[in-house]
Amino acid sequence: MQEKILKLLEENARLSNRQIAVMLDTTEEAVAAAIAEYEKSGVIKGYQAVVDWDSSAPGHVTAMIELKVAPRRDSGFDEIAHRVMEYQEVESVSLMSGGYDLLVCVRGSSLQDVAMFVAKRLSTLEGVLSTATHFLLTKYKENGFDLTDGNEKDKRSMIL
Amino acid sequence: MIDYESALGDRIRQVKPSGIRRFFDIANEMEDVISLSIGEPDFSTPWHIRQAAIDSIEKGNTFYSPNRGFAELRNEISSYFERRFSVSYLPESEVLVTVGGSEAIDDCIRTLVNPGDEVLIPQPSFVCYQPLTEMAGGVPVPLETCAADSFRLTPEALREKITPRTKLLILPYPNNPTGAVMRREHLEKIAAVLRDTGILVLSDEIYGELTYGHTRHVSFASIEGMRERTVVVNGFSKSYAMTGWRLGFALGPAPLIGAMTKLHQYGIMSAPTTAQYAAAEALRNGDIDIENMRCEYNLRRRLIVDGVREMGLECFEPEGAFYVFPSIQKSGLPSEEFCRKLLTEEHVAVVPGNAFGDCGEGFVRISYSYSLKHITEALGRMQRFLQK
Repeated sequence: MQEKILKLLEENARLSNRQIAVMLDTTEEAVAAAIAEYEKSGVIKGYQAVVDWDSSAPGHVTAMIELKVAPRRDSGFDEIAHRVMEYQEVESVSLMSGGYDLLVCVRGSSLQDVAMFVAKRLSTLEGVLSTATHFLLTKYKENGFDLTDGNEKDKRSMIL
Repeated sequence: MIDYESALGDRIRQVKPSGIRRFFDIANEMEDVISLSIGEPDFSTPWHIRQAAIDSIEKGNTFYSPNRGFAELRNEISSYFERRFSVSYLPESEVLVTVGGSEAIDDCIRTLVNPGDEVLIPQPSFVCYQPLTEMAGGVPVPLETCAADSFRLTPEALREKITPRTKLLILPYPNNPTGAVMRREHLEKIAAVLRDTGILVLSDEIYGELTYGHTRHVSFASIEGMRERTVVVNGFSKSYAMTGWRLGFALGPAPLIGAMTKLHQYGIMSAPTTAQYAAAEALRNGDIDIENMRCEYNLRRRLIVDGVREMGLECFEPEGAFYVFPSIQKSGLPSEEFCRKLLTEEHVAVVPGNAFGDCGEGFVRISYSYSLKHITEALGRMQRFLQK
């Protein structure tokens, strides 16, 4: 039951406790308690809208930046990751396996903006060996939502 | 000049056109209509199944299949049915692959029914049994079911309508439009009535994978002594979200399936080849897809039953398929009038219950093969409509 609550909220965080309770055949109180516990323990970090910025505010630019970094003897990649996280422009930071170490998602208002941020802020950080910046051109799917279909009409026909 | 009206055969002329066609033509022309009327899954066919079809086309597998369907698919159907419903059928002689469950129903009725034979049809039920019986020269005999009996066929109602001319009983469970299911104990009672008769059974189990109670669907053929008199119809449309592929199957004793195959062979030749490759993949690797979709339907089912009851409508708790069938008698309107007003005033389309038999009057069919978002919006509009 617990995991199903998370799945439902991940799909639509605006469902009411009552709706969730009805769907999962439990009580509103049980749902409220489970959600409170998830919030307290940090399993649920927050609630956000899935925004297609391309269609709402043209002019936003997103880039994925690969960082190769030299890990520290005692703190490994954590210290540098934390420094990168501090920047407001940074949406997400992940440690990756493979050809580079940190994958950093950065959002800015123009190509120039993002390029300057990488050149001035990221590449100059101590321990950063190299950067590779990939600008995002089109996003097709986000958080399980298809961003391409707009308000596509139901393809089904009434055949009865 | 040809007088087309008199050119038509007597039987087709007697078949009534679908009464709600016009209603949906209106709905289609309106802007901003939110429909809860469609009777097919809203999911696309799972990708691995589509991929199997694409692969088969790339390999050039574009020829007719054997009349009964590819042996590989019939083997898969046979093991699937044994695995899920514990009844075994010989792939070589007791399985027929058809163009949807619909063709299997038509084949079965036309194969068994002589002119004047009576066919017992529980109602409310899907719209095809009556016209197909008429086209075969048979006499449709409705068996009314009601909300008080959870829309199940009772042995009393069955016994009452049996005559020396009774040839065939249709068992449409899990039921469209009511969502009713027949559990083992209910099927046992029907079996007890049939046991000493020569009546055959067409068990339309197309929604057999979509049940939400604590017990799984029980195939009528698994009830003691019933396999020998039963043709089971099933298919891929509802369970694997494969409606457009048009693929179903019939299972039954070899002499019945053999006779149905004659009809299928002359009328259809063979079911679509590409769809058969897709279906074999579905049966091999698709159990998880069924489970995922079933869970999703179940969430929606609970939400919509609760929503409808909150509006003050009486609603029988459906345990199968993807429909709810609430009573709208409280509104004081007949079904068609209710649906027409709901459509024109709130732009919500649902199906009048009397489309599924006279005893469906006073009810509407609401489908939950729609997204949660869509369902929530439609329920809000219905509530507003009822408060007026």
